[in-house]
Amino acid sequence: MTPAGRLTYRRAVNRVMLTLTGVCAAGIVSILLFILGYLLVNGARSLNWSFFTELPKPVGELGGGMANAIIGSGKVLAIATAIGVPVGFLGGVYLSEYGSTTFAFLVRYTTDLLNGVPSIVVGIFAFSLFVLRAKHFSTLAGGVALGVMMIPIAVRSTEEFLRAVPTGLREAALALGTPKWRMLATVVIPAARDGIITGIMLNLARVAGETAPLLFTAFGNTSWSPGLNHPTATLPVMIYTYALSPYDDLHRQAWAAGFVLLMLVLTVNVSARFIVARSGPAGGR
Amino acid sequence: MPMPMESRERVPGPPRARVAVPDVPPGIVDNVAVPTSSLAEPAEQPLFGPGVTEKIRVSGLDFYYGATQALWNISMRIPARHVTAFIGPSGCGKSTFLRTLNRMCDTVKGARVHGEIHLDGEDVFELDVVALRRRVGMVFQRSNPFPKSIFENVAYGLRVNGGLSRAAIAEQVERSLQRAALWDEVKHKLHQSASGLSGGQQQRLCIARALAVDPEVLLLDEPCSALDPIATAKIEELLLGLADSCTIVIVTHNMQQAARVSDYTGFFLLGKLIEFDRTERIFQNPARKETEDYVTGRFG
Amino acid sequence: MAVSAEERTTTRASRRGARVSLRRLMGGDPVAQAIVTGAAGLVLFLTLLLVYELWRNSALSRAQFGLGFLAGRTWDPNADTFGALPFAFGTLVTSALALVIAVPTGVGAAIFLSELAPPRISGALTFCIELLAAVPSVIYGLLGVFVGVPIMRTVVAPVLKATLGWTPLFTGPFYGVSMLTAGMVLAIMILPFIVSVSRQVLMAVPRDQREGALALGATKWESTWQVVLPYARRGIAGSIFLGLARSLGETMAVTMVIGNTVQMKASLFAPAYTIAAVIANEFSEATSDLYVSSLIELGLVLFAITIVINGLARIMIARGARATAVA
Repeated sequence: MTPAGRLTYRRAVNRVMLTLTGVCAAGIVSILLFILGYLLVNGARSLNWSFFTELPKPVGELGGGMANAIIGSGKVLAIATAIGVPVGFLGGVYLSEYGSTTFAFLVRYTTDLLNGVPSIVVGIFAFSLFVLRAKHFSTLAGGVALGVMMIPIAVRSTEEFLRAVPTGLREAALALGTPKWRMLATVVIPAARDGIITGIMLNLARVAGETAPLLFTAFGNTSWSPGLNHPTATLPVMIYTYALSPYDDLHRQAWAAGFVLLMLVLTVNVSARFIVARSGPAGGR
Repeated sequence: MPMPMESRERVPGPPRARVAVPDVPPGIVDNVAVPTSSLAEPAEQPLFGPGVTEKIRVSGLDFYYGATQALWNISMRIPARHVTAFIGPSGCGKSTFLRTLNRMCDTVKGARVHGEIHLDGEDVFELDVVALRRRVGMVFQRSNPFPKSIFENVAYGLRVNGGLSRAAIAEQVERSLQRAALWDEVKHKLHQSASGLSGGQQQRLCIARALAVDPEVLLLDEPCSALDPIATAKIEELLLGLADSCTIVIVTHNMQQAARVSDYTGFFLLGKLIEFDRTERIFQNPARKETEDYVTGRFG
Repeated sequence: MAVSAEERTTTRASRRGARVSLRRLMGGDPVAQAIVTGAAGLVLFLTLLLVYELWRNSALSRAQFGLGFLAGRTWDPNADTFGALPFAFGTLVTSALALVIAVPTGVGAAIFLSELAPPRISGALTFCIELLAAVPSVIYGLLGVFVGVPIMRTVVAPVLKATLGWTPLFTGPFYGVSMLTAGMVLAIMILPFIVSVSRQVLMAVPRDQREGALALGATKWESTWQVVLPYARRGIAGSIFLGLARSLGETMAVTMVIGNTVQMKASLFAPAYTIAAVIANEFSEATSDLYVSSLIELGLVLFAITIVINGLARIMIARGARATAVA
C-alpha cells in the first residue's frame, strides 16, 4: 500500500471505529429510554385507584388491587431499615474513624464480600435462620433478609462520606479540647449528614426492588398479614407471580406494580443525584 | 508526502482565519513587542547565515483557550537542522506555542488558532494532522513511555504507520535507540517493560520513540525539567548530535541550557515573542530591555 | 486489636486533657468506640454466620452426594437424586453470552463517553446509563417476558437462524424462552456496570499517554485502541468481572425468561435452567430434607463462585488504580 493510501485507510478505520463507539453509547441510552417509556405508558394505563386500596381478587375474577402488598413491602422495608441502617452506619463510623487496625481491614474485607453475595443466597440465609427454625414464612424473615443486604452498602457509603469530611474540621474540634466522640457527633457526622442520608435512601431504593430473597422468606399472601410473624405479600414478589400467571388482568396489575416500583426507584436516584451534587465534595463519583 | 488533505480532526471553534485577525488593537502589540523575526530582520547581520534554510515559518499567530488569549501575534522563522530554543518565565506561552507547531493544541477543548504556520512552505492547518505529526515529532515534559516493552515503545510509531517488515522495524528500533544514545544501556533488555528504566533513560526512550519515524522536526517541551544534572547533560549532548539531521525546537526554563545547546533563541513574555535571534546575541547583546533583564536575572 | 486501639485513644485523650476537670467528659470515648466496634464486629459475625448456615444446612446433601453433586446430571426430586451440572451449565452459558454481547458494546460506549463526548454530555449520558443499574431485576424480568420474548421470537431468532443456522448454536425450535433470551436480558443488566467502571478507568489514564501516541502520528482511534485501552486494561477487566459476578448471581430476570428446563443443549435456542433460578423456583416447594439441603448446597456453590469472581474484580480494579497512580 502506498503511504498515502495507507493514511486514507487509517483515517477511514479511525472514523468508522469512533462512530461505532457512539452507536454503542446511543444504543444503551435508547434501551433506557425504551424501558422507561414502555413502563410509563403501560404502567400508567394500568394503574387505578383500586390498585392502592383493594385486596387481590380470587383467581379468575377481574379487578382487585395490591393494598396488602404495598403495606407488606412497607413493613419489610421498615424492618430492613431498622436492622441495616444502625449496624451499617455505626460500622461505617468505625471504619472511617477507628479503622486503621487489622480488625478494620478484616471488617472492610468481609463487608465487600457480603456486598457481593447474590441476593438469593441472602434469602437462603434468612430462610435457614428463621423459616427453618420456626417452620413457617414470616414478614420478619423477609425484613431480615433485606436488612442484611442493606448493611454492606450502608457501611461503605457512610465510611466514604465521613472520610470526605476535611481533616481540618476534626482537628479544629479536637484542638478545642472536645472528646473524640463529641467531635464525631457534633462536627463530623453533621458535616457528612446529607451524603449519609442520600446513601441510605439509595440503599433503600435498591432493596425495595429485591425479589429473590423474599420468595421463601416473606413468601406471599392473598390477604392482610397481621404483625410480623405471618407471611406477607410484597410488591416485587407480586410482579413476579402475576407476570407469570396466565391472566391478562393480572398482567395489567403487574405492569402497574412495576410502574410504582420504578417510579420509587427513579425518584430516589434522581433526587439523590441532586442532593449529592449540591452538598459537595463527596459527590465525586 | 501526500498532498494537503482535508483536515477533519476535531478542531473546536469557528473556521480559522487565514490572515492574522487583529483582535487586539495593533498599538498594544507594537508597544510591547516588535516582531523581531523574519519580517523585520536587523539589516546589519542577517538572522540566517549562509547555508541556513528556513524550516518553519510562523506569521501572525494568535492562540486562544476559550475566551482567554494565550499567544499574541507571533511571527518567526525556524531554521532547518539547527537547535532553536524558547525561553521565558512560566506561563509565558512558550509551551503553548510549541504545541501549535504539530497541532497538539487541537486536543485541548476550546482551543482556537488564528494565523499561519508553514512547514517547508505547506500550511500545517491544511495538512492532515496525522501526517503532520509524523513529520513533526514531540517529546514531553514528563517522560511518558507506554506500558509496553522498550522495543514496542520505539516500534510504536513504525507499526502505526505500517508498511515495514519485521526486520526493517528491528533495524530502525536499534538505529533510533543508538541515535538517542540509549542502545548500549538497553540492548540486553529490549523486551522488558519500559517502566523499569530510570527517569533519564525513560526520557531518552521517548526521544528514541519520536526519532524512530524519522521526523523532520523534533519538538521538545522542557524535556529535562524532571531530570538530574547527569541525565540532563546526556540529553543535551544528544540534541547537539541530532541537529545534523533534524530540526530541533526545545522549550526550556533553564537559560543555561538554552545557551549551551541552541543556535537560535526566542524569548517569550506574557504570550508575546519579545525577541528572536542568534543565541549568542540574545545572551550577550539583546536588542530589547525585557530580554536583557531576563537573561541577566534581573527579571521579577 | 480493638483493645490496643482503645488504649491508644485513652492515652492520647488523657494527655490532651491534662486538666483533671475535663477527664469526666473524656469518659464517653471508650463507650463510643465500643459501640461502633461492636457494630463492625456484627458485620463480620453476620458474614461468618451466613457461610456457616449455608455449610451446616447443606450437610445432608454433601454427605449424600459428595463432590459428585457438582458433576451430577440428574435432578429428580421424586427419586431424591440431585446433581448440579445442568444448572451450572445454564448459569455459565447465559453469563458467557451476556459478556459476549455486553463487553464490546459497554467498552465501546465507555470509549465514546471518556474520549469523544464533551464532558457535560458524557456526564448526563453516564447518569442515564447508571439509572439502568437501579432498575429492579424483577422489572427486567417483566419486560423480558412481555417485550423481550416476542422480539426474540419474531425478529432476532429468525435472523440468527437464517444467517448462523448452520452452526450448532442456533438450531432447533425457538419458543421465545431460551438461554439466548436470558443472555440478552443479562447483557442489558450488566451493561451499566461495565460502562460506568470502564469510563472511570479510561478517564484516569494520564493525558500524556494519549498525547504521546498522537504526537507519533497515531489517529485518535489508534491512540485509544493501542495505548489508552492497554493502559486501562486491568480496570476494564475488573469491570467485566464485576458484571460477570452480577450475572452469575442474577435471579429474577433470568428465571422469568430462561424456560426453567433441566437440560443441557448446545443450541442457545433451547430453554435451560440456572442455579439461582432453580433455587427461586423450587425452594418454597421443596418437600424432603434432602431436597432443601441440595438447594442450599446449590446456594453454597453460587456463593463460592461469585465471591471468587468479585474478589478478582476488586483486585484488578485496585491494581489498575495503583498502576495509574504510579505512572
